[in-house]
Amino acid sequence: MKYFGLIWHNIWRKKIRTSLTILSILVAFLLFALLSALGYAFKYGEESADAERLIVIDKVSLINLLPIAYQNQIASIAGVHSATHATWFGGYYQDPKNQFGQFPVDPHEYFAMYPEFKMPEEQFDAWVKNRTGAVVGKDIADAFGWQVGDRIPIQSTIWTAKSGEKTWEFDIEGIFANEEPRGNTSMLLFHYDYFDEARAFGQGLVGWYIVRVDAGADPVQVQNAIDAEFENSRNQTESAPEAQFAAAFAKQYGNIALIVSLVLGAVFFTLLLVSGNTMSQSVRERISELAVLKTLGFSDRAVLGIVLSESVLIMLMGGLLGVGIGVIAVRGVAASAGAFLPGFHFSPTAMAMSLLLMVGAGVVAGIFPALNAMRLSIIDALARA
Amino acid sequence: MRALRQIFAVTLLNLKNLPQRLGSSVVAVVGVAAVVLVFAAVLSMARGFERTMVTAGAEDTAIIMRSGATSEMSSGFGGDQVLVIASAPGLLKDGDTPVLSAELFVIVDVKKKSTNTDANVPFRGVQASAFDVRRDVRITQGRMFETGKNEILVGRAAQSEFQGLDVGSTIRFGKTDWTIVGAFEAGGSVSESELWTDVRVLQSAYRRGNSFQTVRVKLESPESLDILESSLKDDPRIDPDVMSEREFYSSQSEQVTQFIKLVGYPLTILMSVGAIFGALNSMYSSISVRGKEIATLRALGFGPIPVLVSTIVESTLLALAGGIVGGALAFVVFNGFQVSTLNFASFSQVVFNFAVTPDLLLEGLRVAVIIGVVGGLFPAIRAARLPVAQALREL
Repeated sequence: MKYFGLIWHNIWRKKIRTSLTILSILVAFLLFALLSALGYAFKYGEESADAERLIVIDKVSLINLLPIAYQNQIASIAGVHSATHATWFGGYYQDPKNQFGQFPVDPHEYFAMYPEFKMPEEQFDAWVKNRTGAVVGKDIADAFGWQVGDRIPIQSTIWTAKSGEKTWEFDIEGIFANEEPRGNTSMLLFHYDYFDEARAFGQGLVGWYIVRVDAGADPVQVQNAIDAEFENSRNQTESAPEAQFAAAFAKQYGNIALIVSLVLGAVFFTLLLVSGNTMSQSVRERISELAVLKTLGFSDRAVLGIVLSESVLIMLMGGLLGVGIGVIAVRGVAASAGAFLPGFHFSPTAMAMSLLLMVGAGVVAGIFPALNAMRLSIIDALARA
Repeated sequence: MRALRQIFAVTLLNLKNLPQRLGSSVVAVVGVAAVVLVFAAVLSMARGFERTMVTAGAEDTAIIMRSGATSEMSSGFGGDQVLVIASAPGLLKDGDTPVLSAELFVIVDVKKKSTNTDANVPFRGVQASAFDVRRDVRITQGRMFETGKNEILVGRAAQSEFQGLDVGSTIRFGKTDWTIVGAFEAGGSVSESELWTDVRVLQSAYRRGNSFQTVRVKLESPESLDILESSLKDDPRIDPDVMSEREFYSSQSEQVTQFIKLVGYPLTILMSVGAIFGALNSMYSSISVRGKEIATLRALGFGPIPVLVSTIVESTLLALAGGIVGGALAFVVFNGFQVSTLNFASFSQVVFNFAVTPDLLLEGLRVAVIIGVVGGLFPAIRAARLPVAQALREL
């Protein structure tokens, strides 16, 4: 630390070069922030999963519906705390591009299953009383500017009402938030009872079941028991912990994590070359200075430390600026498109990772120039100068 | 003319002593190569996906779905409505019968080879006439499925992407066993991602009675689409959306390609900014190394313009070299690389290849040139303004 002044002055001996290097580093870490937020969005479902929740779907395909009668059968299996269901409504608001999740559910059961969803009690009660009422998540309400009391049309691409109408109208009775600040609330929930009575086909069928296992029970055992229960039924089931279900679904999109890593790999490879080059140029230019330092009694290790510190410090300056701007940019994107890309968020893990990268890249970029500086023999260096 | 000769001479001199400042030049080249590599690789996904989807669509094939349906899966027609469509005007006829294929489209879980997790694989029930409507479909292995049997014809891309689809093997969906009896290709189109079986068999397996989801028809000509559409729209027995297959598939590909572009272009711009800093750095150091040389040239009577231009040319050539390296690398590593993704529009997997197309490479080189010119401009101005006397004194 006592050499900080020396290090600081060395860094800025060529202002243009150092500034440009810092700007390159800044861009690299800005990209790091944005891309890790994107990667996080794709594994967000996994991250936000509840270990005690299972998802039960039809074994052949997620799109096949299951009989509502399964609910009581599942609920009576040992180790099951409670079970509820949801169905994909497949609707959009005004424009087919505005797709988001709408689910017909049982209000009490569903909110008990997802305690992270919070809303004022009077809104919940009003919803329970209104058959054509719905509640919406805060993200989607903000995205479309909906307020409690609005009546909104949702066009379903799947479900026709008995009247022949594909547009279903709902009264917004409440807006719910997710207790977890980054939690997804891009959805609309409405009454299953009303849905089942009004739909033209598919009576008595639901999309999937959500099961909470007893606190002490082994989820794997419960999962196997559920699937065994329906082994000989018309619709066999496939149960999985919520996290596993979300992870498998995310993998359907392809290996996003790998693509992100490859891009970042190219970015950081270049970055190491840029800053490594800067450091070696800088050391080359001041060989005589370094020799003088050694003559004055600076140890070899002190010289190594000084050069490495310069490299790490440059990396930290650029990196922290880049991550700082990245965090602001990620927030901006999340605010404008978060309802359609839930989980676009710079996670604490990514933050820690970026710090590691800064120090690591600083050391790697600086190590060879630093070693050269350390091994410098005073006589040779002074002679060369 | 003299100016041109000077520019040429100075540029040549610059390039000749390039090896002396190899370090920073290589850094600049690699920086640009990385930009072009990432740009071409990411955007080649969009190109490949688009190509797979768009090749599937013929202009003279119409697809008819229930009005308001956004995908084949959410559409539906009764058998009687299919007959209504069959008697509509504008259809191409083979003898007396219209070339028409009524189909069922469902999804089955098959494990992806690469991830070993379930994926939504499209499973289509077709009639024999499906092969007349899609003329590029060809059985490459095994044989056609027999009507009335649980037999599957598997698309070539699906076969290589998902587990257990070899010809001769059986696969179980629910409580039904199916035999894979053949494989087909379809000109690299999205059909190759699908499993096909006899539509009657699929109807009974899915308890769909005599109902279908989509009807594809061959048109007399692309212009007959309007005649068909207005005739069907006026028919009270049916409430359809009619569009050309090409239009349908391009709308189905929009979401995915938009998403890739929405990520790819900002990514390229940001990376280019980073590469510009790299190029600036390299050119500034090039000038500081060549300070004496530049000053000597000026003293010999070379004008500031040749010095300026030669610096920009050097930077642009370096960037172009980087662009070529990056583009070539993208082509060698990624072109033709097969992946599959979930197309949310159809909620099913589409297998496609990265397509590093010539236009993409050209666009990449354009990006490289921009980086080179911008990265060389400010150092060039500085070089041209270098005070001769002072620089010579530094000798």
